[in-house]
Amino acid sequence: MMKTFKPAVAAAAVSLAMLSQAAVSAEQFFPIPSFRVGPYGANGQSFYGGFIDYLNYVNMKEKGVNGVQMAYEECETEYNTAKGIECYERLKGKAADSAGPIHVMSTGISYALVDKSAQDKLPLTMMGYGRTDAVDGSVFPYAFPLVTTYQMQASAIIKFLRDKNAGSLEGKKIVYLYHDSAYGKEAIVALQAEASLNKFNLVLIPVAHPGNEQGAQWLKIRQEKPDFVVFWGWGVMNQTALKAAQKVGFPRDKMIGSWWTGSEEDVIPAGDAAKGYMAATWNVSGKKVPVIADIEKVVYGAGKGNLQDKDKIGTILYNRGVSAAVVSVEAIRKAQEKFGKGKPMNGTQVAWGLEHLDMTEARIKALGATDLLPEIKTSCSNHEGSGKVKIQQWDGAKWVPVTGWIEGNKALIHPLFQASAKQYAKEKGITPRDCSKEK
Amino acid sequence: MLYREAGQFKTTYAADQQLFPIRQDRIGLMLLAVAFFGVPLFASEYWFSAILIPFLIFALAALGLNILTGYAGQLSLGTAAFMAVGAYAAYNFQLRVEGIPILVSFICAGLTAAGVGILFGLPSLRIKGFYLAVATLAAQFFIVWCLTKFPWLSNHSSSGVISAQDVVILGFNFDTPVSKYLLVLAIVSVMALAAKNLVRSSTGRAWMAVRDMDVAASVIGIKLMPTKLLAFAVSSFYCGVAGALYAFCYLGSVEPDGFSLDMSFKILFMIIIGGVGSILGCFLGAAFILLLPIFLDYSLPAVAELFGLPFSNATVSHIQILMFGALIMFFLIVEPHGLARLWQIAKEKLRLWPFPH
Repeated sequence: MMKTFKPAVAAAAVSLAMLSQAAVSAEQFFPIPSFRVGPYGANGQSFYGGFIDYLNYVNMKEKGVNGVQMAYEECETEYNTAKGIECYERLKGKAADSAGPIHVMSTGISYALVDKSAQDKLPLTMMGYGRTDAVDGSVFPYAFPLVTTYQMQASAIIKFLRDKNAGSLEGKKIVYLYHDSAYGKEAIVALQAEASLNKFNLVLIPVAHPGNEQGAQWLKIRQEKPDFVVFWGWGVMNQTALKAAQKVGFPRDKMIGSWWTGSEEDVIPAGDAAKGYMAATWNVSGKKVPVIADIEKVVYGAGKGNLQDKDKIGTILYNRGVSAAVVSVEAIRKAQEKFGKGKPMNGTQVAWGLEHLDMTEARIKALGATDLLPEIKTSCSNHEGSGKVKIQQWDGAKWVPVTGWIEGNKALIHPLFQASAKQYAKEKGITPRDCSKEK
Repeated sequence: MLYREAGQFKTTYAADQQLFPIRQDRIGLMLLAVAFFGVPLFASEYWFSAILIPFLIFALAALGLNILTGYAGQLSLGTAAFMAVGAYAAYNFQLRVEGIPILVSFICAGLTAAGVGILFGLPSLRIKGFYLAVATLAAQFFIVWCLTKFPWLSNHSSSGVISAQDVVILGFNFDTPVSKYLLVLAIVSVMALAAKNLVRSSTGRAWMAVRDMDVAASVIGIKLMPTKLLAFAVSSFYCGVAGALYAFCYLGSVEPDGFSLDMSFKILFMIIIGGVGSILGCFLGAAFILLLPIFLDYSLPAVAELFGLPFSNATVSHIQILMFGALIMFFLIVEPHGLARLWQIAKEKLRLWPFPH
C-alpha cells in the first residue's frame, strides 16, 4: 500500500529543511497567512497590502522598533480553513522565538486557530471578525478580537438608528439580512437583546452563501415593509443586495451594513444602486490620513510597495490593513518596554503587549493614524479595547463619514460575551485566569 | 525481478485467499507499517497537523465514497454532507450523553450517518447514474441547510460553529498532534482492513454484480434493495467516522458551511484519480490531491529563485492551480483507471522484468 507516497515525502522534507533555515537575529517575525487569490482575493490584496506596507514603512522610516526590523512571511490560504491551518502550522515553526500578532481575516480560520494558538502561545488577533467571546481574556489569553466586535457594532448601529429617530425605535421594524454563516449569525444575539430593550420588531432573513441570488429575500423585505435594513454581507453578496434593493425600490439610505460590506469593492460594482448606502467602519478611507500619505511617499517612493495596483492605496480595506499593522507594531513596542528594548518579542510577550495597549487620541495622532483607529485600551478582562465605530455613507464616488465615534451598549453586550466564554471554558475544561491578579 | 513469485507455492486455501498473496507485498506492507509507526520519531508537528492527519482522514472519506461509487456503482455527490452528519453527531453524543466514551461516540456518529445515508439512498432504487447524482446533491444541500437551520444541533452556539470536545480515552488525553495522528492511524487502519475484507465477501461481490449490471444481478438472485441500501449505509458510516475525526482530530472546530459541495467534489476527485473500485486507490488519490498542492507550494518558489523569476505568493498560487489541473488531465489521459491501476501495471511489469512480453 502507498508505496509512491514515500519519495514524495522525502522530496518535500528536503525542500522543507531548505526553507526553514531563515532565522536571523534582531528581527521581529510576522507569520502572515494571507489570501490574494480565490473568491475573496480582491479584499485580501488590499488588506494585506496595507498591512505589509506599514511593516516596511516602520523599517524604512524608523529603522524598525528600537532597532528591531519587522520581517514577515506570507502563506496563501485562499480563505479556506484547511489551507489556513496548513499555513499556520508551516509558519509556526519559524515563530518560536519571535512572533507578531497573526491576522487571518477569516472567521472560519480564526475559529479553528483559537485553541491551537493558545496551545502554541501565539497571539491571534481578529480585528473585526472571528470568535467574539474572546473579548473575555480570562478564558482566551491568546485571542484578541481587537477594536470592536460584531455584537458591539450591531449595538452601535442600533444606537445610530435610534438617534436618527429622535431617540426611540419603539414599534419600528428592522430587518436583519445576513450571510448565513458564523459571520452573519454572531450579531443576532446582540440585535435580539437590543430589540427587547428598545422595543422594535426584529425580522431575521438569512442569505445562503455565496449570496449572488437574493430575489426571495428582497421579496420578503418588500412584504415586511421594514423601517430599516441592517445588512451583514460579504464578497459578492454585497453588490447583489444593493442592486436587489434598487429593484424592489427600497431606499438605500435606510440600509446600514457592517464593516465588511462597506468597502469600495462592495459598492462600485453596484454602480448607481449604491448611492446613499451606509455602512459601519472603524477606519476612514482616503489618503488624507498622515500615515497613509507618508507610506505612499516613503515606501512607494522607494519602489518597495506591496500593491501591484497602486490605486488601492487609501481604499477602506487598504487603510484597514494599515490600522491592523499599526496596532500590531504598537503591541510589540509595548512589549519591548516591559521585556527589553531592541529585542525580538516572542508570542507570550506580544500577547502581553496586546493585553496592555493604551492608544489614546494623542498617541494615535503621534503615529499619524488619526481616524484610522478609535482609542484603544485593552486589559485582561477586555480584549476588545474599544467597541466604537463610525457610520459612513457612499456618495457615489467615495465613502464619507457621517458621524463621530459611536460606542455600542457595553453594559448590554459584554455580559453576553462573558456568558458564552464561560460556557466555552466549561465545555473545554479551561480554568479561567483571575483577571484581578493580572498586572 | 524483485517481484518474481517463483517458489511461492500456495498449499492451502487460506494461503491462496489471503489479502496480500504475494510475499513481496507483505514485506512492503510491513515496512510501511514500521514507517508509519516510526514517523512519530522524526516528523515535526507541521507534518502531523497539516499533512498526515488530513491525509488519513480524507483517505477514509474517499474509502467511504469508493465503497458506494467504486464497488456498488452508485454515484454520490453528498460525501461532505455525510461527513458533516458524523461530525455533528459525534459532538452531540459527547455533549448530551453523560460519560460516553469518545470511541463509542465515533461509532454512533457513523451509525447516524449510515441512517441518513439509507434515507438518501432510497431514490437509488428507482433512479441511476446522473439522476442519482442529482438526488445525492440534494442530500448535500439539505443536510448543510438543516445543520444551519436548527440551532439545537450546534448547542445554540450563536455563530453556528461547534468546538469539538477533548479526545480522552481511558484517561489519556489525545491532545498532541502525535497522539492524534496515532489515534487516526489506528482507526483508519482498522477500517481500511475491514473494507478490504468486506469487498471480498459475498456482500462485496453482490455490490460489484449490481454495479456491473443490476438487471443481471437481480436475475441471479441478488436482492437489489437491501444490497444498494447496505452500500449506502456502509459508505455513509465510513464518511461519518471520517467527519467525526475531521472535527475532533483535525480542525477542532467546524461549521456547516465547511462541509461544502467543494469538499464532496474533492473527495470524488480523489477516488477518480486514485482509482475507482480500489482500496489502495483511496490512499493514493488522497495523497495526490492533498500533498501535491503543498509540494508545489514549497518547490515553486525554490524553482523560481533558481531562475531568478519574480514570483509573488499569489503567482505561486495561480501556477499551482494550473499545474494541478494539468496533472489531473495528464493522469486521466495516461491512465483513466487511476493511480491504483498504474501501480498494478508497474507491479505486473516488475514481475516479468527483465523479460517483459
